[in-house]
Order: sequence, then structure tokens, then C-alpha cells
Amino acid sequence: MTGTLFAVQVLNGLQLGVLLFLVAAGLTLVFGVMDFINLAHGVQYMLGAYLAVTFYGLTGNFFATVVLALAAALVLGLVLEMLVFRHFYDRDHLDQVLATFGVILFLNEGVRIVWGAAPLSYPGPDILDGAIPIMEGFGYPIYRIALIVAGLACALGLWLVVTRTRVGMLIRAGAANPAMLSALGVDVRRLFMIVFGFGAMLAGFAGVMAGPIFSVEPGMGDGVLILAFVVIVIGGIGSIRGAFLAALLVGLVDTLGRSFMTDIFKLFLEPSAANQVGPAIASMLIYVLMAGVLFFRPTGLFPAAGRS
Amino acid sequence: MSENLTRGWVIAAVLLLAFAALPPLAEATGHSYLTVVASRVMIYAIAALSLDLILGYGAMVSFGHAAFIGIGAYAVGISAEHGLWEGTLTFPLAMAAAGLFALVTGAISLRTRGVYFIMITLAFGQMAYYTASSLSAYGGDDGLTIWGRSELFASPLLENEWSFYFFVLACLSLCWWFASRVVGSRFGRVIAGVRENRARMAAIGFDPYRHQLVAYVISGMIAGLAGALLANHSEFVSPAYMSWQRSGDLIIMVVLGGMGTLYGAVLGAVAYLALEDVLAGFTEHWRVIFGPLLILIVLYARGGIARAFRGEGRDG
Repeated sequence: MTGTLFAVQVLNGLQLGVLLFLVAAGLTLVFGVMDFINLAHGVQYMLGAYLAVTFYGLTGNFFATVVLALAAALVLGLVLEMLVFRHFYDRDHLDQVLATFGVILFLNEGVRIVWGAAPLSYPGPDILDGAIPIMEGFGYPIYRIALIVAGLACALGLWLVVTRTRVGMLIRAGAANPAMLSALGVDVRRLFMIVFGFGAMLAGFAGVMAGPIFSVEPGMGDGVLILAFVVIVIGGIGSIRGAFLAALLVGLVDTLGRSFMTDIFKLFLEPSAANQVGPAIASMLIYVLMAGVLFFRPTGLFPAAGRS
Repeated sequence: MSENLTRGWVIAAVLLLAFAALPPLAEATGHSYLTVVASRVMIYAIAALSLDLILGYGAMVSFGHAAFIGIGAYAVGISAEHGLWEGTLTFPLAMAAAGLFALVTGAISLRTRGVYFIMITLAFGQMAYYTASSLSAYGGDDGLTIWGRSELFASPLLENEWSFYFFVLACLSLCWWFASRVVGSRFGRVIAGVRENRARMAAIGFDPYRHQLVAYVISGMIAGLAGALLANHSEFVSPAYMSWQRSGDLIIMVVLGGMGTLYGAVLGAVAYLALEDVLAGFTEHWRVIFGPLLILIVLYARGGIARAFRGEGRDG
């Protein structure tokens, strides 16, 4: 029984991990290439889910919803880039923080006006309905497994793009030394628009995929954003590989910690005390992990080449 | 330099006198609720002052400042839950708890700079938030109601709205005076020096890390005091005090008022809370207006309100 429970929680951890990776990937590239801190990236995740709610209402088909929501997320991301973010690339981090914070305030409230404050949801596709039996009378939902697979496929695709294509090469060069890249005649602004739109789409995709599992509500992107920050800090800014490994690590540590920390404390504490201490410690685990990594590696586990 | 200092003292005196005159005026004009509103404004002014110490003078963009407020508030709330109401004990306890948290998290965060520092302080703030949410013995997500206010030397003085107001005003004045002493001291000069050129400060023999860490702890302790006052003001504490939007609000206050002036932080707190009140009067969705407004302010009005009080073309 414990073995099965453990397997289920590992799957849940992987699921959180791939979602975090999809959000963190865009964020880390935007940091890496333009040294731009975008707090509004979590809002892209939320918008993805809300767009999916609307498109699912229109089409009634999950796969059509995914395609339409991704296209809309891309367009919205580019519009935001042109309207707001573009004007802050040359500003200091504090200005970027405030401006993107303004975007969050606007969009979180805007979503509340358009879609209402109540949590919404939409179902996953019929094909992925049902569960894979893990043991007698207990199964793991196929949709969640599909989500993990889709996330891993995205990670693989992203890795291929970044390591095997010309655009990927430019992105890596931009993360290592944007000034030099610009001096070599590459239009860094255009490169950044590509990176930005792509990142917005990835975050939107994470939102679309998360919709059938979590409730779709205003502010749902905020928690994910901060977890994505933890991922980036652990993985190293600008590093896709670091973001991937750190996302899985954070997903697993957080999920397993929440499931088993109370039981672990029960081994040497009174049950009532363990019920108090366990959840509190579990919610601190990933931050302790982050602090630990930073203590030994202030630039993260896999800093992009050329950055110190 | 001395002109700047004088200007600071004059603005401080005018603002504090205005605060002191507010309760009688509010009473006379039949708006006595303003006293309650203004004590909340002063509490946030104290928190904004503490943030200006590290953000304005030290260029440390701490995005987890609300955690210190929350820890201060919880120190008072949890003490009350266990029957300890004596403010002369719980207020120092609140400051010590917030200072300790600042010491531990600052020791780690200050090893990094730039975007890393922003993200790490944000993450630590969120850690405090989630920890408070999971304290089921103290209300968890729902927060903790405090059945009364702190006592001062065993007397229920603070239960009276006026005496509470003037107690907060005294705290604000004291913090302001202390902060201006810190800024004007040799220590404050080192902090500002590190902001301008870290390598040079290190080269002439100052340890930037240790100075910044001390400033961070001082700032956290003052914010903890603001938290203890806030818990008394609302007779309630909840994890929402530590949410990252609260930290964002504090940064907005400091930037709106003008960084690195101290009086700017106080003006910013007044302006921000007044703006919130006015906009919320138009629509419950006031953030839809405030968000774009914030972007425009950052885009076109750097320097904040404090710039209006400064001479032409002056900086710092």
C-alpha cells in the first residue's frame, strides 16, 4: 500500500514538475537573454486556462481548444510585449518589477470582470478519460499521465530547438553575452520578441493543460510564478537544462514533502504535534532546498555559460 | 546636503503635526472614523520607512517585506493566544522575531544580487506566507482573531482609539528619527556607498555584505514593529498580511513617494492608501485602473512625489 501511495505521489510530483518547467522555461530565457524580470509571466499561465474555458465553451472539443488557446496566448503575449514590456528593457530591475506588477493587478482584476470571481473548469478530452489501474480498486487518471508525457515532449522539443537550431544558438549566445551578440549584428530586440512570444505560449500551454485538474480562478498564476522563480534560482538563470531538472526536483520535493512529512514526524513526535509541525515544515521544504543550493552555488546549479 | 537635510526635517515636522491635528479635526467635523483610517496609514508609513532604508538607500529590492510585518503581527497574535498581553514584552518580541527572520533570510539572499535577490526575497516571503497558512493551531488560512489590544504596563490604554492613534504616531516619529539617524551616520554612508559602487567600498576596507545584512535586519525589525501595531489595529492577524501583493504594495509606496528620502516613504504610504480609497470608491475593480496607472507612473514619473519638493535638476 505504501509503495503504491509512493508511486502515485511520485507521478503527482512529476506532473507539478512539468507544469513548472513549462512556466519556468519562458521565464528563464527572458531573464537570460534580456535580463528582464517579468512578474506577469504567471498571468500568462492564468490567461491560458481562461482562454481554454472560453474556447471549450465555443467548440466543445478539447484539442481544438488547445490549438485556439495557444494561438490566442501567443497573440496576447506579443501585444503585452509591444504595449508594455518593450518600454522597460533598458530600465533597472525595480522599474521592471513595478511595471509588470501593474500588469498583474490589471489582468487579475480584468479576468475577474470578464469571467467572474468564481472558480471555473472544463473537462479533459474523452479519449484520455478513465484511469490506469495501479492496484485493486485504485487507478491513476490517464489525463494526468498524458500531461506528464506532453510536458516531457515539450521539454525535448525545446531542448532540440535550443541546441540544434540557429534560433536556439542565438538564444544561447544571448543568454551568455547579449551585448556581444548585438555587436555582431544580431537584432536582439527581434530575438527577444520571439523568445517572449514563445515563453508566453509555453506558459499558456501549461495553463490549458492544468485547467482540467486545478480550478481556473483569478490569481491562479501567482503561486505558480513564485514556484517558477524558485525553479529558476535553483536551476540557474538562462539555463533550460537547469530549469528542467530544478522543476522536476521542486515538483517532487514539494509533493512528496506534503504527503509524507507528517508521517515522518510521527516516528519521533506525538501524533498531535506531528499534525501541527508536519504541514508547516512541508510547506517550507522547497525554500529550504533553494536556500541550500544558493548557499553552495549562488548562481544556481547550471548557470548559463559565460555568466557569473 | 544640509539644505536637503533641513528640507527633510521641515517636511517631517509638517507631516507629523498634520497627523497630530487629525483626530480632533476629524472629531469636530463628525468624521471620527478617519482616526481609525489614519492610524492604519501611519502603520504602513512605518513599514514603508523601513523598506526605504534598504530599498532607497541600499538599492536592495526586497520583495518579501510583508513577511516581516506578518511575523510581527503573528508574534502579538500568538502571544495573546497564550495569554501574554503585555505590549512592553510582545512588541520587542515581535521586533526580535522579525529581526531574526531577516537575519537568516538576509544572510542567504544578500549573497546574491540583482534579479536573484528580488526572486529570493519573494520566495522567502512566500515561505512565511505558506507557513502561516499551515499553522492550524493559530487559525491557518482563516487567520487568528485577537480578543483585544496589547496592554501597556498592565493598563488597557490602547483600547481607546485616540490613545492608540497617538501611540502609533509616537512610534512613527521615533522610527523616523531613528531612520534619519541611521541614514546620516557613518554606517548609512557605507550603505549608500555600496549602492553606488560595491567594489570601491570593498577596496577601501568596508565589508559590503556585513553592512547590508545589518541594514536588512534593522529594516526587518522596524517592519516587525509595524506588524505588531497592525495586529493591534485590526485585532486580527492572517496570512494575507504576508501575501506577495502586500510586499508589492510597500514597494509601490516607497517608489511613489520617492526613494531614498524617508519622507517620500511616508508621503507614498499616505498617497497610495488615499488613492486606493478613492479608486475603490469608483469601482470594486479599482485595480483595473490602478494597474495601468502604476505602469504610467513608472514610465513617466520616476522620482515620485518627493521630486516635487526638490530643487530643479537635483539628484539624491
